[in-house]
Formats: sequence, structure tokens, C-alpha cells
Amino acid sequence: MAGSTLEIRDLHVEIDGKEILKGVDLTIKGGEFHAVMGPNGTGKSTLASAIMGHPRYEVTKGTILLDGEDVLEMEVDERAQAGLFLAMQYPSEVTGITNSDFLRSAINAKREEGDEIPLMKFIKEMDSTMDLLEIDKNMAQRYLNEGFSGGEKKRNEILQLMMLEPAIAILDEIDSGLDIDALKIVSDGINKMRNDAFGCLIITHYQRLLNYITPDYVHVMMQGRIVKSGGPELAKRLEAEGYEWIKEELGIEDETVGQN
Amino acid sequence: MTVETKLPYNKEYITDYSKKRNEPNWFQDIRLEAYDIAESMPLPKIEKTRINNWNFTNFKHDVSGDAITSFEELPEKIRTLLGDKDSAKNIIIIRNNTVAFTKLSPELSDQGVIFEDLFTALSNHEDLVKKYFMKDAVKLDENKFTATHAALLNSGIFLYVPKNVKIEEPIQVVFWQEDKEAALFNHVLIVADEHSDLTYVENYVSDNDDDQSVANIVSEVFALDGAKISYGAVDNFSKGTTTYVNRRGVAYNDAVLDWALGQMNDGNTLSENETFLMGHNALSHAKAVSIGRGEQSQNFTAKITHFGKGSEGYILQHGVMKDRAASIFNGIGKIEDGASKSNAEQESRILMLSQGSRGDANPILLIDEDDVMAGHAASVGRVDPLQLYYLMSRGISKEEAERLIIHGFLDPVVREIPIETVQKQLREVIEGKVN
Ligand SMILES: Nc1ncnc2c1ncn2[C@@H]1O[C@H](COP(=O)(O)OP(=O)(O)OP(=O)(O)O)[C@@H](O)[C@H]1O
Ligand SMILES: [Mg+2]
Repeated sequence: MAGSTLEIRDLHVEIDGKEILKGVDLTIKGGEFHAVMGPNGTGKSTLASAIMGHPRYEVTKGTILLDGEDVLEMEVDERAQAGLFLAMQYPSEVTGITNSDFLRSAINAKREEGDEIPLMKFIKEMDSTMDLLEIDKNMAQRYLNEGFSGGEKKRNEILQLMMLEPAIAILDEIDSGLDIDALKIVSDGINKMRNDAFGCLIITHYQRLLNYITPDYVHVMMQGRIVKSGGPELAKRLEAEGYEWIKEELGIEDETVGQN
Repeated sequence: MTVETKLPYNKEYITDYSKKRNEPNWFQDIRLEAYDIAESMPLPKIEKTRINNWNFTNFKHDVSGDAITSFEELPEKIRTLLGDKDSAKNIIIIRNNTVAFTKLSPELSDQGVIFEDLFTALSNHEDLVKKYFMKDAVKLDENKFTATHAALLNSGIFLYVPKNVKIEEPIQVVFWQEDKEAALFNHVLIVADEHSDLTYVENYVSDNDDDQSVANIVSEVFALDGAKISYGAVDNFSKGTTTYVNRRGVAYNDAVLDWALGQMNDGNTLSENETFLMGHNALSHAKAVSIGRGEQSQNFTAKITHFGKGSEGYILQHGVMKDRAASIFNGIGKIEDGASKSNAEQESRILMLSQGSRGDANPILLIDEDDVMAGHAASVGRVDPLQLYYLMSRGISKEEAERLIIHGFLDPVVREIPIETVQKQLREVIEGKVN
């Protein structure tokens, strides 16, 4: 199958009454890797959160469709069931729930009642994915993200990604906090997911990650909009020259979402 | 509305009941004295919990149950508490206040361990019972409930472990109120003689959602010098039962008395768990978890009083409130003058899952000695919406996410419980209550 299509049209999003996204248009298809770059505070995480249904973000205008289905009408868990996944910039810590119990619940949530994943099969899969990501085995029995280091949390997000196998994944700064070796390991994991059914949106500040995971498209966000799109060469130019030239080209003085 | 608080039974009834059981005179005298005390006392005033509309008088007192010949006869609810039938080596099942099944491994009886119902103990080991029964731990006139307890006592367990005897396997008692209106006035008396070791686990089970009844339970637990007691309980009375439960411990020099309580009743409950650390270096952990649901109202007090030098007391309680349940958690660490170098710590945490539920944590430290350590932590909070979002973003439904969060909230206490049987039972009961 050709995979899913996520279509974002004229998306406006507010938080606490302040408009952060001011009309985002973006389409991600199965098989495509998109990178979204942009200076701090320009709305990248807001876009990711709005797609997933974060409770504090309010969509005031626009649409998000997944294979034609209205994502904005869905509860958070329904969005995940429909095939969306968000590796969060700041994953929550949940005391008392082991990483392994959590993952098993998540996998079983996608399966029919009575068709739960057999425990041994689950353990085997979790073990081998943890090996691949070089995650310490005792992390399975630790409480979910509790006391995990920054890099450990990121690897744990990718562990979930690989085991849940969504149709479209959004990775919000998955490279921040990773050391150089870990960056390579995590990238290898993500590249393993690559096939013509899997679509991915990678939010990052650094070309470094895109050296490992080559994107098909690169978008630049400023002032709560996508202001420029291009191929992988756009990311290289940003790495070399920064954002100043885009601002000049578009006549932007303050690239953040602003006070308006 | 105030309901009747006078006992539905009189002195003549109590005398007859005692005679029928061939109790010694001194025991009958205690009952009659207790009756007078109970009649003269008002219901206690419980801070922040209104108990004067709870049912304390509507129940059946004199009931009986049939003997159990095999495990297969037991209902599922009881069997899950016992694990597989060979694992329980030392067990008494009390069915409607009657001993229905009893098993004590020969090794233990050879070593002088006494494990029997209280009425049997009154004839077989009268002196031992007399020495400890409602004297140094719980007093008759402590409140209306303790007096009523002694007057109407209709069930009990006596466990004695001689000096230096160390028992590995848990000793278990199941109190099964099969009769939906049967009241349980149950007394647990445990004496761990010097340098002995024991683990005791009790379960209270009933199935009376619509029928009213009463449970009035007093445990007196003595850890003599150097003894070590692990006391586990899973209380699981149904909605119709009003419970008063007072678990009291006394720990002498170098003794350890650890409590692990799963307070999972569905009815109104007033629970006190207090330990007197009488001896030097006595140590107690009081751990408890609870789930409140429906309309139930509960009041829990965990208290450790330090008399001995260098004594240590640690209270840890976690509670989850659902629906319209209301619960008060009092944690009291009391250090008496002279108990220098003592340490009193406590932590109480409450998680509220619904708008209609109420929870209150009251940490109290009462300290009459300078050279001590003490500390407390308490919190009352709601489910973190970001945690819920995170779990749901992986496809987990809201109900399932809440289920995970409840288990998770209680797990840091449950996984600390040193008795494996109790851990397993608790997880099962919690699972039953979160759905
Ligand atoms: N509660 C709030 N009230 C007002 N402004 C907010 C609130 N929460 C976030 N913002 C603002 O929204 C803007 C966009 O935030 P967002 O997290 O989407 O940025 P980002 O592009 O992901 O930045 P970074 O690269 O630093 O992660 C920021 O300017 C931020 O300060
Ligand atoms: Mg961000």
C-alpha cells in the first residue's frame, strides 16, 4: 500500500488566547520524509502538539485530515489509533508505571480484545529493539521516563516509535540531548522505519541529524507559518548561513510569533 | 439524621452467648463490663468525617458457617486470595464467624507455635490470652467501638510464636462473611515472643452490596524484645458493611513491627493503625494503600508513638479517590519525652480522579524531645493532564490510561510491601476496583 496522507490546511492555533500558528499548510505522504526547521519560538512544537491533540492548544481555524478523516474531531487516543505518532520534545514522566507495562498497553490498545500480544513475543521484540537502540535492559522495568536523562528519554521515544509502527510520525527535536554516538544509533533506528508506507516529519535545529536521515523536503518556519520550502540543499544552506538571508528575502524583522 | 446507637443486644443475651461458648468467667466479666461502658459512651467525634449517620446497629450477631473440606468448595473470590492450594501451609478460614478450615504445618506445631481461633485459645491457652487481651494495647474504654467490640466479640484468632522460633512462610487467615447480614466482631491477638520471626496475612471478604452489616475489628500485636513481625492485611468488605478497624502494635527493645495494609473496603470505614514503640531501637514501617469509590466515606489514621530511645517509625500511605468518595488520611508521629535519637517520618499522598471526590491529608508531628529527627510530606492532587495526554498519544484510551495511573500511583507503596502474597492480592483487588 502507498501509505497514509496527512494534510494540514490553513492551520491557526492558540494557546491561552494567544495565536501561535497563523496559517500552516503542509502535506505529508507515506514514503516521504519532511524536515521542519526554524529559529526558537516560531511554532514548530505548537504544530506538532496541535496535530496530536495536546489539551492546551486550541485550533481556531483550518483543517487536519488523515486519509480524508477529520483529525481535529478525534480524541488523542483515536489520533494514535488512526496512525499518528509524536515523539515529544519533553516527554512526561509517569511514576508507578513501568516502561514495559506502558509499551505493552500501547501495543494492545491497537489490537482487538482477545488478540493481545503474547507476553513472550512482546518481551522478545522489546529486547531486540532495545538492543538496537543500545538502551540499557533495566530501563524496561523502570518507571516511565522517571529520572531518565535527556538522551535516555529521546531513545525511549524512538523505542516506542519502532514498536508501535505508526503510519505518520512527527519527531520533535529527537536529536537534542543525544551524544554523537547516540545520534547515529537513533538515526539508524529511524532509517530502518523507512519504506514507502511510512511518512515522517522531523523537527530539528541541526543539519547534523539530516546528514544521517536525508529528508525529501525541508521547510522553514517563522512567525507561525511555513515561509520557505525546498529540498535537502535548503537545510545545508541554513547550516552554513543561518536564517538571516531568509528574513531579508521575505522582509521579516522579528521571526518569532510576535506580540500582535 | 441520627440513627440508633444503642446496641440491639442486652446483658442477658451476652451472658447466654458467653455461656454457650463455655468462656471463662473473667472473659464473661469483661464482656459485661464492656457492655456497660459501650452503653454509657457517645459515638466519638471524628474530625472531618461525619459518622453519626453510619449504620452501627443493623446486623445479625449470632451466625454460623459450614466446614470446608476442600479448596474446590471455595468461591473464586476466596480462592484467588489463597493462591494455589498447596502454597498455603498455615491457614485458617473463618466462615460466618465459625472456623471452617484449619491447617498448621507439623513443624510449626512441634516448635510450639499456637495458631487457633480465640475461643479455642481461651480454653487451651487461657493464661496467655488473659495476659494480653485488651490490657496493654487496646483498652475497653478507649471509645464506644472498642467497648462494643469486647461486649459482642464473636470471632477471633490467637497466634503465639515462642522464643527464637523463626517462621518463613506466611500464616494466613481469611475472614469470610458469607452471610450478608452477619456482623463480625473480630479480635486478632498476636504475640511474637523474644527473638522470634513471623509473617501474618489476613483477608476480610464479604459480598453484601445491598444488605447492611457491621465489622468491628481489633488487632493487638506484640513484638517482644528482638522479635520481628510482618503484618499484612487486605480488607475487602462490600458496600453494605460499616467497618471500624483498630490495629494496634507494641514493639519492645530491638523489635520490628511492619504493617502492610490494603484498605480496599467499599463501605464506610473508620481505620486506626497505631504502634507503640516501647523499647530501645524499636522499628516500625506502617504502609497502606486505599481506593475510595462510590459514595463511601473513610477515615484513616496511621500513628506511631515513640517511647524508646533510638526508635524509628515510618508512615507511608497512598490513596486514590474516585466517584464521590471522601477520605481523610491522618498521619501522626509522636515522640515522647526521653525517646532521644528517635526518627519519625511520614508521607501521605492522595490522588483524586473525579470532581466529586474529596481527599484530605493531615500530617501531624507531636514532639516532646529535643534530640530527634522528624519529617513529613503530604500532597493531594488530581491526575496530571499532560501525563494523560502522553499515555493517550500512544493509543491508550482515557479509561485505560486512568487505570494505569491509579496502579502507578499505588505501586510505589505496593512494591515496597515485604510480603509477596499481599503484593499479589493487592494488585488483584486494585485491578478489581479500578474498573
Ligand atoms: N502559554 C503560553 N502563552 C503565551 N505564549 C506561549 C505559551 N506557550 C507557548 N507560547 C509561545 O509560543 C511560541 C511558539 O512555541 P513553540 O514551542 O511552538 O516554539 P518552537 O518553534 O518549538 O521553539 P523551540 O525551537 O525553542 O522548541 C513561543 O514564542 C512560546 O513562548
Ligand atoms: Mg519546540
